[in-house]
Amino acid sequence: MKVEGKVWRYGDNIDTDVIIPARYLNTFDPAELAKHCMVDIDETFAANVKAGDIMVGGKNFGCGSSREHAPVAIKASGIPVVIAASFARIFYRNGINIGLPLLEIGDAVEKISANDILKIDTDTGTIENVTTGETFKAHPLPPFVQGIAQTGGLINFVKEKGTLSA
Amino acid sequence: MAMTISEKIIARHAGLAEVEAGQLVICDLDLVMANDVTGPPSIKEFEKIGKPVFNANKIALIPDHFQPAKDIKSSELAKIMRDFAKKNKIKHYYEAGRVGIEHVILPEFGIVAPGMLIIGADSHTCTYGAVNAFSTGVGTTDLAVGLATGKAWFKVPESINVKLTGKKPKNISGKDVILTLIGKIGVDGALYKTLEFSGEGVKELTMTDRLTISNMAIEAGGKAGIFPFDEITQFYIGCRVNYPYTPTNADEGAKYCQTVEINLSELKPVVALPHLPENVKAVDELGEIKINQVVIGSCTNGRLEDLQIAAGILKGRKIHPDVRCIVIPGSQEIYKEAIRCKWIDIFIDAGCVVSCPTCGPCLGGYMGILAAGERCVSTTNRNFRGRMGHVDSEVYLAGPYVAACSAVLGKIGVI
Ligand code: SF4
Repeated sequence: MKVEGKVWRYGDNIDTDVIIPARYLNTFDPAELAKHCMVDIDETFAANVKAGDIMVGGKNFGCGSSREHAPVAIKASGIPVVIAASFARIFYRNGINIGLPLLEIGDAVEKISANDILKIDTDTGTIENVTTGETFKAHPLPPFVQGIAQTGGLINFVKEKGTLSA
Repeated sequence: MAMTISEKIIARHAGLAEVEAGQLVICDLDLVMANDVTGPPSIKEFEKIGKPVFNANKIALIPDHFQPAKDIKSSELAKIMRDFAKKNKIKHYYEAGRVGIEHVILPEFGIVAPGMLIIGADSHTCTYGAVNAFSTGVGTTDLAVGLATGKAWFKVPESINVKLTGKKPKNISGKDVILTLIGKIGVDGALYKTLEFSGEGVKELTMTDRLTISNMAIEAGGKAGIFPFDEITQFYIGCRVNYPYTPTNADEGAKYCQTVEINLSELKPVVALPHLPENVKAVDELGEIKINQVVIGSCTNGRLEDLQIAAGILKGRKIHPDVRCIVIPGSQEIYKEAIRCKWIDIFIDAGCVVSCPTCGPCLGGYMGILAAGERCVSTTNRNFRGRMGHVDSEVYLAGPYVAACSAVLGKIGVI
């Protein structure tokens, strides 16, 4: 998948409570969750995010509870891919399982700032910072993870394939 | 290529000769597990896939969190799981009265074995690393797909080599080992990684110690916490597992991302102060901390040996008048054995509450919820804010020895 978009930049240890506060967990509706995404650290996000924009975080992105509502809220905001130095384990799984590609690039994340324009190819893991002219390489997503993203999540993927296979 | 225990188990289940840390693979699962809280939402997702369960013999559905049902909502959750289990002829489903806490009974019943690859919709699924299995907690979607396909995808984790040396002193148990380790590396010290235990000190640890240690791997952010296969594993597995299994030890020269050494001889009884398991301090360095409640039980320390340690302290003594001491055997088998050994008499004579096996107060469910300002010494695994009741209550994590002593003293301490 190839995408190009503007960066929403956040710091280290963005936890699932920040991504979607517990007080909004009384619904599973993605659109409803998206309305409150990131509200506790960035009130401007939900109102201004545009489909195709990219979220970039620091270390341990998505730490905290195992709630799948967190990646669902980000995806429903129109964000096609999240980049971070590293992701918390269960968030990483949940993100991929619901069809939100996650790219890990370690310290190179420091070279991405708010409002930069990025060009990303999730198949090869190539990230071009159009604003600064720099290019980074994340581990490319393996084909089956790309497949999961293309079908819109692991449940659909398995439905289509009849099983979980590469 | 020399591989770690994690790499070997994952490679075998991915049908590959070798794998290395960082690689993404799809694996066949030996067991898929859920409880009365996580089972129902996963069942809902599972039904969207529209396939039958992959293998009714390889699924365990354990009603333990709020069971026997604490209220109508919990009763309805349990019912969803019960109906599903009946309809799909799930082999490992047990009704109240024949069950216990999931992570206590699965090893005890011989449902988990060395070399197995297991996922469970519960973060403490890592417990089965004690019996040399690779076992990890997952979310709703993973579990649903596991139920339907018997498969899950994994990113092969790096491993931290936790080298245990020295001799375990008297009054030190697995809880002091794991709390000391978490104090050292922090609550994200093992993020994405497996803790693999090695060294001469491993044989100092009983299976109960090992189950406690593996149980809390997640409290260091770990994906799993695995012990090597040795005579102690063999002995424990011996009379319980009556099907073939694959003992799996690390190769000479396997690659670890880090080595952490713990000298058992130097360990002291410790507690983790509120509100993080990494806030670890030796009991003898604490000032006077008065307490209102003690809980001895859970998937961390609800086993026979834990009750034996507590009974040893409480024999002929009385619980402090200001303290409620709640003892919860982890399974019916443990309960029965504790009755036979007269430990239950000791607990009741000392003034304890003894409950049927359940998670109960561990996650603030029922059977010992804390009021604002109350303090509890607990043998459970999490002391997050509000975990056992009111947000202004406090949980101090400890092993059964410190917990039982504190119940008598009315403050945190040892006798
Ligand atoms: S005893 Fe506590 S930690 Fe263990 S499974 Fe039950 S709620 Fe979870």
